[in-house]
Amino acid sequence: MSEKLLSVEGLRTYFYTYAGVVKAVDGVTLDVRKGETLGLVGESGSGKSVTAQSIIRVVPTPGKTVEGTIEFEGRNLLKLTESEMQHIRGKEIAYIPQDPTTTLDPVYSVGDQLTEVITRHQPVSKQFARSKAVELLRSVGIADPEIRVNQYPHELSGGTKQRIAIARALSCEPTLILADEPTTALDVTIQAQILELLKELKQKFNVAMVLITHDMGIVADTCDRVTVLYAGQVCETGTTEQVFENPKHPYTEALLSSVPSLALRKDKLSVIPGTVPNLIHPPSGCRFHPRCSYARQICVDKDPELESIGDGRLVHCHRWRELELTSAVAS
Amino acid sequence: MELEIKDLTKHFAVYERGVILRRKIGDVHAVDRVSFQIRRNETLGLVGESGCGKTTIARCMLYLEPPSSGEVFFEGKNITEIFKRANKSQVLSLRRQMQYIFQNPYASLDPRMTVADIIMEPFEVHHHLPRDQWIDRMYELLRMVGLEDYHAERYPHEFSGGQRQRICIARALAVNPKFIAADEPVASLDVSVRAQILNLLQELQQKLGITYLYISHDLSTVRHICHRVAVMYLGKIVEIAETNELFENPLHPYTVALMSAIPLPDPKHKRHRIILPGEVPSPISPPSGCRFHTRCPRRIDICSKEEPPLIEARPGHWLACYNPWPPKHVFA
Repeated sequence: MSEKLLSVEGLRTYFYTYAGVVKAVDGVTLDVRKGETLGLVGESGSGKSVTAQSIIRVVPTPGKTVEGTIEFEGRNLLKLTESEMQHIRGKEIAYIPQDPTTTLDPVYSVGDQLTEVITRHQPVSKQFARSKAVELLRSVGIADPEIRVNQYPHELSGGTKQRIAIARALSCEPTLILADEPTTALDVTIQAQILELLKELKQKFNVAMVLITHDMGIVADTCDRVTVLYAGQVCETGTTEQVFENPKHPYTEALLSSVPSLALRKDKLSVIPGTVPNLIHPPSGCRFHPRCSYARQICVDKDPELESIGDGRLVHCHRWRELELTSAVAS
Repeated sequence: MELEIKDLTKHFAVYERGVILRRKIGDVHAVDRVSFQIRRNETLGLVGESGCGKTTIARCMLYLEPPSSGEVFFEGKNITEIFKRANKSQVLSLRRQMQYIFQNPYASLDPRMTVADIIMEPFEVHHHLPRDQWIDRMYELLRMVGLEDYHAERYPHEFSGGQRQRICIARALAVNPKFIAADEPVASLDVSVRAQILNLLQELQQKLGITYLYISHDLSTVRHICHRVAVMYLGKIVEIAETNELFENPLHPYTVALMSAIPLPDPKHKRHRIILPGEVPSPISPPSGCRFHTRCPRRIDICSKEEPPLIEARPGHWLACYNPWPPKHVFA
């Protein structure tokens, strides 16, 4: 296995609201190796996006990262000054946001938005940056890049805008891309185009990626390894094959079986009872215990450790040794 | 036969910019001569990408949007005519039989009404129930959709997305409808909650004998809940068949591409994806001939010239294509 590029340990990001402290991310540990794609899966409110925002330190107020280390190429990002951080954002770690329609500035042309990033991080002339922008647009599969570069976001479709967001993320040849649900706002046929593009670019530029998604299909399709989050904590981590074929955490098992399958029609979908807990007053012990069909007294009383179980897998469950979980999708 | 639509067409006029003296410059061909039937107790799935006219069809069926031409028949009656005549008691009686569940449960509930008010408002409008039964019926509906009695006096903002969708379903059920158009009812919900709502819709169908039009862009939920599926592209139905038949023998190149585009939750099963080039063309000036020909991997000469008719290619399997994939074509 190649070396670690990013390693996040014990990350806690809390939001200090009037209603109380929302523990959105509460002890997340994950690592990304050079050139790999790590899937970050979970339902809404599980802390996927806040984890990504914490990594590049753009957590919106009233959020604050209160604990943990984020080691990126030998530096602890949480210890850097804001100006040092600005050299990393966009240049070494790029971010592809979820909604392509709100992330491009409507009053600047596509070219301006791309050259801004390039000239900000590289000592190049505006003309050179402009020609590089055209080249980038071509590399993400946009037809007629010379025309597109002068257009404004409202003239473009959602898929094209997402391609531009990807081009912008690639513009300074980052080593890590954080992609926050990059295809959720798109249609399936366009989603297929974008996923294929991301795979291609990953090969070409050898860039590592954290792919945030709630779609188990996308994970199986594009990710090398996967970290499953629930209520701000890691449930388990492993390679995609390990997690899909041999889940070790009851939440992963339940999540896999609640996905309606295209290949197989079941009479009734299995459901996870209840809803995602309130993170101001999270459940005691293991946060999944109120919805877990395997819960015992110990799960109510004590929060399990995030244990390493060999093969690079991490599991956050008291009972993983005794449980024999099955995968609903393994063929 | 519960519901039938015949040659339904809906065009929206497009005007040039400005306020005064705007000239009409074209039509959005949202739905173009679409016909299909929904049988009693059946769920018909309507699938397609955004902008293909799925929602417009449902809105025209319930006359939330008057169709440009074409008719809708409900239990043999031409309901487009009835809605057009706008006789209040006749319209209300149709509304009691046909209900709509909207896509976004965050926008379709009045934030200033309690759940009890929301569910009882249909009683107020329709007067189909004596007033002394309202409260009991409201609680009955709440329980039917899996909510608790104490939820009645709460406001919508106190609920999660899945619970709000349950409230919307309870409101739709308040008038004992025979038909419900469900417009992407689970699209805005989390996966674990999605399964709960789909199961609820199925249970209600079995218990109350409701007919559904289920609109979705997600083929995997369609496969799970629908008896028959119609695939739409740019305002036209391109293929319609029983669910199992359609998923096992997709014939239209668009259906096949749509199915192959969905990532499967199985890391071992990496299949060949058919990537459609480009994007859906503008419905203001749809392509000539077959509307899919600009992106179709199997187009032949005739496709750009003549529009393919919807014909029965296999028993119960209707198709509008000149050069379909052979049956049993596996796209893995």
